Amino acid sequence: MAGKLLQGHPGIGPRVEGEVLAAKDNFSARYDLDRVNGKFSRPQHALYGESYVDRILVLDIAKGGVATAWMLNDMKTRGLAPKALLLNRANPIMAQGAAFAGMAMIDRFETDITQALKTGMRVVVDPGTGKVEVLE
Amino acid sequence: MRLDEFEERMLRGEMGPIRQRALEQQMQVAQFFDAEDMVEVQQAHIMADTEALGEAGVAWLEKLAGSDEDERRVLIPTVTDPRGADFKKFAEIRQDPAFVELERRADTAFRALGVLMTDTCINYQTIMPPVRGEHLAMGDTGVVIASNSVFGARSNYEGGPSALAAALTGRTPRYGFHLDRHRVGTTRFQLATKPTCLAEWGAVGGIIGREMRSYFEVPVIDGVESPPNSDQLKHLGAAMASYGSTAMFHMVGVTPEAPDLATAFDGKVPEPEIIDRARIETFLAGFQPQTNAGKLDVVVFAAPQLSLFELEMLSQLIAGRRVHPETALLIATSPEIKAAADRMGLTATIEDAGGILLEGVCFYQMHARELGEANGWQRLMTNSAKLANIIGGYGYDPVLAPMDRCIDCACEGAVG
Repeated sequence: MAGKLLQGHPGIGPRVEGEVLAAKDNFSARYDLDRVNGKFSRPQHALYGESYVDRILVLDIAKGGVATAWMLNDMKTRGLAPKALLLNRANPIMAQGAAFAGMAMIDRFETDITQALKTGMRVVVDPGTGKVEVLE
Repeated sequence: MRLDEFEERMLRGEMGPIRQRALEQQMQVAQFFDAEDMVEVQQAHIMADTEALGEAGVAWLEKLAGSDEDERRVLIPTVTDPRGADFKKFAEIRQDPAFVELERRADTAFRALGVLMTDTCINYQTIMPPVRGEHLAMGDTGVVIASNSVFGARSNYEGGPSALAAALTGRTPRYGFHLDRHRVGTTRFQLATKPTCLAEWGAVGGIIGREMRSYFEVPVIDGVESPPNSDQLKHLGAAMASYGSTAMFHMVGVTPEAPDLATAFDGKVPEPEIIDRARIETFLAGFQPQTNAGKLDVVVFAAPQLSLFELEMLSQLIAGRRVHPETALLIATSPEIKAAADRMGLTATIEDAGGILLEGVCFYQMHARELGEANGWQRLMTNSAKLANIIGGYGYDPVLAPMDRCIDCACEGAVG
């Protein structure tokens, strides 16, 4: 698996490296997260109870409302944020939120990113090229 | 990307650093969505309750507000979504004064930018209805879906920073629902039953929203025999947007870009997925009490804010009755409609019954988790499918039911 390159659409934000937290479920910062404690808090979510802090978060599609656009920046400022967002399909709110926060985000991969990446993998995320490299 | 001369000058910093940075961020989003250029917008609607903004967001706004006036003033009429606190009633619901103070700071900062503090998600009903074909930068999912679908105007979901950028630059990236090709129907649903109340219209919205796989999917609903009214479409759209991240739907024979199925789909019409009574009931059944505890802590009418007609319906249901002493009844509306309700005696009827009518807020963005803890609220009842969807993540146990049943239960103090 090491060295595998996944190609998405050029994204937003800086190049980062980190550990994956992945699930075949969707993402909304307002609906799914306890942003005070840095965990998934919606009981029906596949990552319920997991901490997303400093993780490379890998999920399916963006859901829900507009609050995420402010929230990613607030989460980052408080040091309780994902390091990057990798989605099959982002929506404008995710893109706007990532741009405002300077958070790495890539979507529209050539493959289902929630199947290609598993929790625990280490990856490098490069939004400039839209590439994700699996380190281990 | 093609920029016009005005945009080139702004990007060079000739209109100040604030507008320059705003345009730079808009261009990052533009490039993400392969937009070819920017489009001028007629109004902007900013979602910025401090539960979403946080201290970081408020501090950022205050920095903008402290700049030179010509560098910080919005260029187009700009309005706001509900705030996180009712400045007159926050103590009644035990809201933390620290949160309220954060809201005041945000309010002050926005005013310095020339933003009109409408504090509403029903601006298309009460402030300035969109016009077909006009380009907008709206920042509430319910407002966007209504603007695109019901009015035929054109907006993407514009989150707070993005809507504010549009207000400061007067334009937004031309992608998504600004473009004809993205407004074409993609999936077909057929209503085989008539929703009987707002909760059921919301359920239909939730059913469709859950099926949506992408922001760019546009559901088309046919089988509607008589046109729904503004409040019914409001609940349908708000729920669909919330469950789906959906920005536009067509309703054949009702919404302006769907006179018939062929036009809605611009050609080939797919087979429909049927939404019948059983499906609506299954949806509602998913939001019924899990345990037999029975006690009802709070009934909330919000998400979206209530129109004047909804308030009238509610006041008729509650007139002469009393909310149970151990149950709270909260209702959210806009400042304009609250003033109307005061003037028309609806507020008095609701308050005499023990209800609390809040203005300029919703519910889930009032730091609902902390509100729940401060008041001992866990079991919540509502007729809003959207609220039922969201509020579970805030530690509540939601029950979804029609307005009349919610009022009955508020008076009984228990879920029947």
